[in-house]
Amino acid sequence: MPVEFKLPDLGEGIHEGEIIEVLVQAGDRVEDGQTVLIVETDKATAEVPSPVTGIVKEVRVKSGQTVRVGEVLIVFLKEGEFEEQTKAPPPKTPEEKRETRLPEGPIAAAPSTRRLARELGIDISQVKPSGPGGRVTPEDVRAFAEGARQAEAEKAPPEAKIPPGPPLEKGGEKKPPEPPEVPALFQFDRAGPVERIPLRSVRRTTAKHVALAWSQIPHVTHMDVADLTELEAFRRKHKQQVVAQGGALSLTVFAMKAAAAALKKFPRFNSSIDMESEEIIIKHYHNIGFAVDTDRGLLVPVIRDVDCKSIFDLAVELKDLAEKTRQGQATKDDMSGGTFTITNVGPMGGTGLCPIINYPEVAILGMAQARLQPKVIGDEKNYEIIPRLMLPLNITFDHRVLDGAEAARFLKVIIETLENPENLLMMS
Amino acid sequence: MVMGEFTQETDLLVIGGGPGGYAAAFRAADLGMDVTMVEADPRPGGVCLFRGCIPSKTLLYATELMHDARRASEMGITFAEPKIDLSRMREWKDKVIDRLAKGLVELTKRRGILFMQGQAALEDSSHARVQNSGSSHIRFKHAIIATGSSTRTLAGAQFKPGGRVMDSTGALDLADIPKRLLVVGGGFVGLEIGSVYASLGSKVVLVEYDGQLMGGIDPDLSKPLLARLEALFESIHFNTGVTSLEEDESGVNVTFSGAIEEKNQRFDRVLAAVGRTPNSQGIGLENTKVKVNEPGFIIVDQQRRTTDEKIFAVGDVTGGAMLAHKAMHEGKVAAEVISGMPSAFDFQAVPAFLYTDPQIAVCGLSEEAAKKRGRNVKVTRFPWSASGRAVSMGVAQGMTKMIIDPGSQRVLGVGIVGREAGEMISEGVLAIEMGALAEDVGLSIHPHPTLSESEEEAAEAFLGSSTHILPQKN
Repeated sequence: MPVEFKLPDLGEGIHEGEIIEVLVQAGDRVEDGQTVLIVETDKATAEVPSPVTGIVKEVRVKSGQTVRVGEVLIVFLKEGEFEEQTKAPPPKTPEEKRETRLPEGPIAAAPSTRRLARELGIDISQVKPSGPGGRVTPEDVRAFAEGARQAEAEKAPPEAKIPPGPPLEKGGEKKPPEPPEVPALFQFDRAGPVERIPLRSVRRTTAKHVALAWSQIPHVTHMDVADLTELEAFRRKHKQQVVAQGGALSLTVFAMKAAAAALKKFPRFNSSIDMESEEIIIKHYHNIGFAVDTDRGLLVPVIRDVDCKSIFDLAVELKDLAEKTRQGQATKDDMSGGTFTITNVGPMGGTGLCPIINYPEVAILGMAQARLQPKVIGDEKNYEIIPRLMLPLNITFDHRVLDGAEAARFLKVIIETLENPENLLMMS
Repeated sequence: MVMGEFTQETDLLVIGGGPGGYAAAFRAADLGMDVTMVEADPRPGGVCLFRGCIPSKTLLYATELMHDARRASEMGITFAEPKIDLSRMREWKDKVIDRLAKGLVELTKRRGILFMQGQAALEDSSHARVQNSGSSHIRFKHAIIATGSSTRTLAGAQFKPGGRVMDSTGALDLADIPKRLLVVGGGFVGLEIGSVYASLGSKVVLVEYDGQLMGGIDPDLSKPLLARLEALFESIHFNTGVTSLEEDESGVNVTFSGAIEEKNQRFDRVLAAVGRTPNSQGIGLENTKVKVNEPGFIIVDQQRRTTDEKIFAVGDVTGGAMLAHKAMHEGKVAAEVISGMPSAFDFQAVPAFLYTDPQIAVCGLSEEAAKKRGRNVKVTRFPWSASGRAVSMGVAQGMTKMIIDPGSQRVLGVGIVGREAGEMISEGVLAIEMGALAEDVGLSIHPHPTLSESEEEAAEAFLGSSTHILPQKN
């Protein structure tokens, strides 16, 4: 029997992936475990190994195609079987025949129903008919579309799956508010030539994720500056030592450590909010994600238990993980489970930023560019102006969970930590 | 590009103003596009309006009245023998065409469509040149090619205006009533126009290269027609070809090959109706990415998009059944797709209709096609001899048949031969498009006594509940 190789369940609510590369073609001999496809999901790129040793009978996908979990990607013939197979293809078993709804002929559905399916972007032949004689009704199409939509929704980041709270005391279902209707786009090509680029992969995930975050979270940003003069001297001093260990002593490493300290002091910054059960969920682990700009778009790998790791450990791990992410080799595990996020746009410039919180986290630390700034020491009558390396910092928080005063205190802890680098070393 | 020439901009350039072209242009304009339609004729309408469907049906209806008047004597009403005034017939036909063309001109204007008379040729995927009294240069965002088809020539003969070897255009001009007319081709055009001339008094000889009429349409439907035509025409010869045509001042000498006995015959006129070829030459397709297949039809997908992303094509020039109603729907699909709608030409039953006496109309799957594909179907037939309406009209030789899926009970095809078959086929089309079951048709009350009841009874025959025919024994 030919082996139909389907896109396996990738877990974490991932329902589809994009075929990046097909490494085999029909007739190729493959070994068990040999990479045959490269698939990119919302979160990571995966090499898909052959499940058998044998030959490729049929490749059903091509690069650029989006495939869903359960879809047949490649049909293999196991070794020892294929000679026989090629000689006499087996007749279709009655069972296989029975699978198809109607022996042949056009889809039984009214023209309006067929148009509805096209409008909803649905292949009507996939819709299970409920009408007499296998007729697909408009309700069937809508139900199918709804199912597909829900599957999409479940695909939201795994963090979104907050453990369910106790059932609501007040009876009755709480329906989520209807999303606001988006008006149709202007026909841009009436004004000039346009190009349409499909929203795929990372871009699509980012679009959905930030829209969700922005629509759910009332964002407030608090800003301050940290004097990094001492830290920079410290960094330069220990840089080579870290490089020797295979790491890179970047500002993000310090910020991460400082953030962990602040999170421990203000646990609410390390939480999620469950509006359904009206609870704040405090997490007793400190996994900090950091934004990485890659060819494929923005990705946020996560470093686990930052509070338990030393500056040197972090410097090594962060470098490795950033590298892995840029090369598209970060796994979905590498990019999930975060409780707080840092985004450092400083290397590219900027005097401040208002990032979007990485839902369902409740705060994000933003770093702009550290610059030498005149600093006034003393009072109006007796002062001195000296150049200091100043870093604009900001904390953007979920106002449902946190208030401005807490944010100011939280950021102060980070600033103090950064301004006293010797203390950083003391931390585990 | 000529120096200093002004280039006109348009959202959509429609090349060809026949049913496919104008339906596309109208829909596009209604969807908010700025549309330019280029047509060789001075007014939109195409072959269908000026040289095809409309003039032929105008003449066929007139001759049908004549037959009915004759038939009436059996019912106790006797009219005098009809007098045929050819110039009045032409006048009437031209009046009909003119009225409809004026309507299209008005609809074109009112929709704000720029109509240009001329020949359009594509320069690349976004530019075209229109040659008319002057020359215009057009830049378009999208184009729809709807240039239609032309009559295939016969044995090297040329169709000269006023010549004795005519194509459908010449024949519909109705220059005279030839004593003896040869019709070459037993398809739509040959049978319809042959019927007109036979009714007007010509002795019509029909030769068909194939062994059957209408490319082998269902014999249940063609048999009553063939019986009638054999009486109306002088003779019908199958498996017969034309090897040469020699036209002189008073007639045409024709040499035949094949089954016909008399290989050399003389006719007053000859009508060539041996099919149509796509008008895909001379419109600059070679300057674009548009591809054509071997016979020259433009290759399109379900959205009517050619292999050139910005260029669509509809109607005869894309092949398939060359029918105005099909072209119109294709035109609408193309316009909608261009405007961003998720339309597709996914129709399941394109009806075809032959206006002869009796008429033949079909849609969906035929019995023959089902047999060829090895598909198990149940065929029901309702003979019009059991229809009160048909008998009272004296047209009892008709038949309505239905092709039904025995498992799902869905209606897959309908065929009708008889009076008003063309009017009645739409119910079959609707049933197939809706995925209706035989039961749905059988349980819909049809008015009595009408010819349309025959569709209800054909469906009921499947269910074993027909009133006017006995249940079939299995």
